[in-house]
Amino acid sequence: MANVVKLKSGLNLRLEGTAVPNVVKTIVSDTVAIVPDNFHGIVPKVVVKPGDAVKVGSAVMYDKNHPEVQFVSPVSGEVVAVERGERRKVMKIVIKNDKKDEAVNFDKVSSAVEVKQLLLQAGMWAYIKQRPYDVIADPEVEPRDIFVTAFDNAPLAPTLAYDMLAGDDAKAFDKGLEALALLTQGKVYVGVEPESKVKVPAGIEMVAFKGNFPACNAGVQAHNIAPVNKGETIWTINALDVVVMGRLLIEGRVDMMRTVAVTGSEVASPAYVKALPGTPVADILKGNLIEADYARRVVSGNVLTGVNVSIEGYLGAYHSHVTVIPEGNDTHDFLGWAMPGCNALTTSRTFLSRWLPGRNRKPDARIHGGERAIIMSEEYDRVFPMDILPEYLVKAVIAFDIDRMEQLGIYEVAPEDFAACEFVDTSKLPLQDIIRKGLDALRKEMN
Amino acid sequence: MKALRRFLDKIKPNFEPGGKFAPLQSVFEGFESFLFVPATTSKSGVHIHDSIDSKRTMTVVIIALLPALLFGMYNVGYQHYLAIGELATTSFWTIFLYGFLAVLPKILVSYIVGLGIEFIGAQLRHHEIQEGFLVSGMLIPMIVPIDTPLWMIAIATAFAVIFAKEVFGGTGMNIFNVALVTRAFLFFAYPSKMSGDNVFVRTGDTFGLGAGNVVDGFSGATPLGQVATNVGDELVLRNIVGEPLSTLDYFIGLIPGSIGETSTLAILIGAVILLVTGIASWRIIFSVFAGGLLTAWVCTLVDPSVYAAALLSPIDQVCLGGFAFAAVFMATDPVTAARTKTGKYIYGFLVGAMAIIIRVFNTGYPEGAMLAVLFMNAFAPLIDHYVVEANIKRRMKRVNNTK
Repeated sequence: MANVVKLKSGLNLRLEGTAVPNVVKTIVSDTVAIVPDNFHGIVPKVVVKPGDAVKVGSAVMYDKNHPEVQFVSPVSGEVVAVERGERRKVMKIVIKNDKKDEAVNFDKVSSAVEVKQLLLQAGMWAYIKQRPYDVIADPEVEPRDIFVTAFDNAPLAPTLAYDMLAGDDAKAFDKGLEALALLTQGKVYVGVEPESKVKVPAGIEMVAFKGNFPACNAGVQAHNIAPVNKGETIWTINALDVVVMGRLLIEGRVDMMRTVAVTGSEVASPAYVKALPGTPVADILKGNLIEADYARRVVSGNVLTGVNVSIEGYLGAYHSHVTVIPEGNDTHDFLGWAMPGCNALTTSRTFLSRWLPGRNRKPDARIHGGERAIIMSEEYDRVFPMDILPEYLVKAVIAFDIDRMEQLGIYEVAPEDFAACEFVDTSKLPLQDIIRKGLDALRKEMN
Repeated sequence: MKALRRFLDKIKPNFEPGGKFAPLQSVFEGFESFLFVPATTSKSGVHIHDSIDSKRTMTVVIIALLPALLFGMYNVGYQHYLAIGELATTSFWTIFLYGFLAVLPKILVSYIVGLGIEFIGAQLRHHEIQEGFLVSGMLIPMIVPIDTPLWMIAIATAFAVIFAKEVFGGTGMNIFNVALVTRAFLFFAYPSKMSGDNVFVRTGDTFGLGAGNVVDGFSGATPLGQVATNVGDELVLRNIVGEPLSTLDYFIGLIPGSIGETSTLAILIGAVILLVTGIASWRIIFSVFAGGLLTAWVCTLVDPSVYAAALLSPIDQVCLGGFAFAAVFMATDPVTAARTKTGKYIYGFLVGAMAIIIRVFNTGYPEGAMLAVLFMNAFAPLIDHYVVEANIKRRMKRVNNTK
């Protein structure tokens, strides 16, 4: 086994609605949508218009700042709409699926230059993110190292999809890793759980992480292997996306099919389905929600880092997970501050539920309090497994003191690394939002 | 509950901007969120939140204060009936009632003045009412002598809330502990009503209850007051009617002193509540006691004819006066204490050490625990600064190593 890094701080939440580990069906929907907001940090330039025919792997848009970074269609069919919002911002590109699955054929390649070219052209570049800033990688900068995260321990995580890395997807995963190894002079690290059966090709470094969420985050893993310093760039990529890359390199065609966990207390029978990114969540959830007369929240991704897409939304480009929880906006707990709280989802020992035997909880989307200045100390540290002082970093970001942010490690973090802090925060600050805006402003300032 | 909820929903529009009672919006929202947890749901970031909020945090601190408060009330009555020589003939409940009636006006004054200012401040800034003063308002009556006049408490509370808290931006922004600023204000503005032999035991009646004349040989001096005036190489501390006291008495707390501070036992029950629920930092409490005990031990080595407190054992030192109260309830205020892990050890240790040093070497101040916390409040950001700098240095060193 590879060396094991033990992380003490972290968050372990037990929620209702874990997916039973078997794939029940493949969702083939009539339309899919490409949502530019999924790809943070790009300026989308759409190259198709309604009526255009597209194949699987046809480019539909590119990044204005890096025209070589293409974004492709996951299905074949016809573009039916390019919806724009305020200030002509592209909201989504809707494609009607003709279900013929005609694909663009790409050449099989082997050299570093060709591999890079292929990944850019076939829409795979979107999967590669970089630190600093947690945005899609700049193709002109060669990374120091590449970090692949090959497990997920967020609440209700799609563990089956990761188990398949050692099963059905093993070949594609190997191929993808080998391709990534061509793109850096440094190392490719794969972060796994200690009990993982995943195997990696020679030359790829495997590191096991023992600890609760956010141990599965690329930022946490990179910090504990080889932290990012000012001036350095690393790439981070999820193992499930490496599989998509591997398939392209083996078959010469794009196949974005994902194994998606359908989870949460509102799902009648939580299980896995196969679906393409951009599939309407309504199709994924059809017939599988419990009866309810209250509002619900549909999240693409997990409840800590995912996106609230509502029932009209689409499966996110990076997500293998859909979670449905009650919204809770009509629940009014009487004297909540004084109640023993036998059913409260919490890490605080002021609630009785912390002293009772562990049970799966059924949380809703309520914040449970008003926003305050940071009062309690050491709260974030309990769930932040890095040698960074999260509270001081957050304060520096709020003040937008660039020197201080650099000194305190802003280049190493992504918003998702603060998800657990945001959950436990007594002061209910929107930490991921603060970090996201801070990183964006910093990126603007630096370029 | 449903009916109450409906009623609130019905009257709510009156308090929104443009409504009849719009100037009372903050107050309305304060009461609404007091009755019902707000049903706001998350807009960005995590979709689920921990059930804990700052209201619950403050509630736990108040629960932890109750043992010391209730004991303090009983002790006020106890000292009174002891002073008038009627202790043996008075029932437990009468003693408690006397203390209750004596302490209650102080609690009311502190809350009415403090919360009143908070309500006005919140409305002026269109903020939510923040719950920080719920704890401060309880602490203030517990750290004053029983005979401090109410009007002084009112002025001191107003001063502290405005100048130690609101001007800095409210709860979570203050540099100094609000309750301690109140005490410091009283201590320096009205010293005769905050220290000495005449304020710690109420000898008169309270609302007509417990009238009587003090017995012969009565002295209202607190144990630490007696230490400060002790002459010679021997020290025997006595209660208010002249009987000698033991370490157990200091620990139980039936001795004269500020209302909530006398019983180390009751305070430790509060400490257990705070530590079991994880609200207070064990690092701070532990290191305040460590600093206090160690310094007190070192001080036993100095010349007792000059510094009489050298005659007290370290255990006596931490049981007497406001030391335990300061360690458990004052030093642990997360806003004014050090915030980093390492910083907390240093901060706590220095609070403990400073408290004993003031007590032993400054005979003008028989008690130094509260001043020590206030003093260290000022240094907490400096301590944290060095801890943060160390973290930054580690990061910068990494850059140099890789180059």
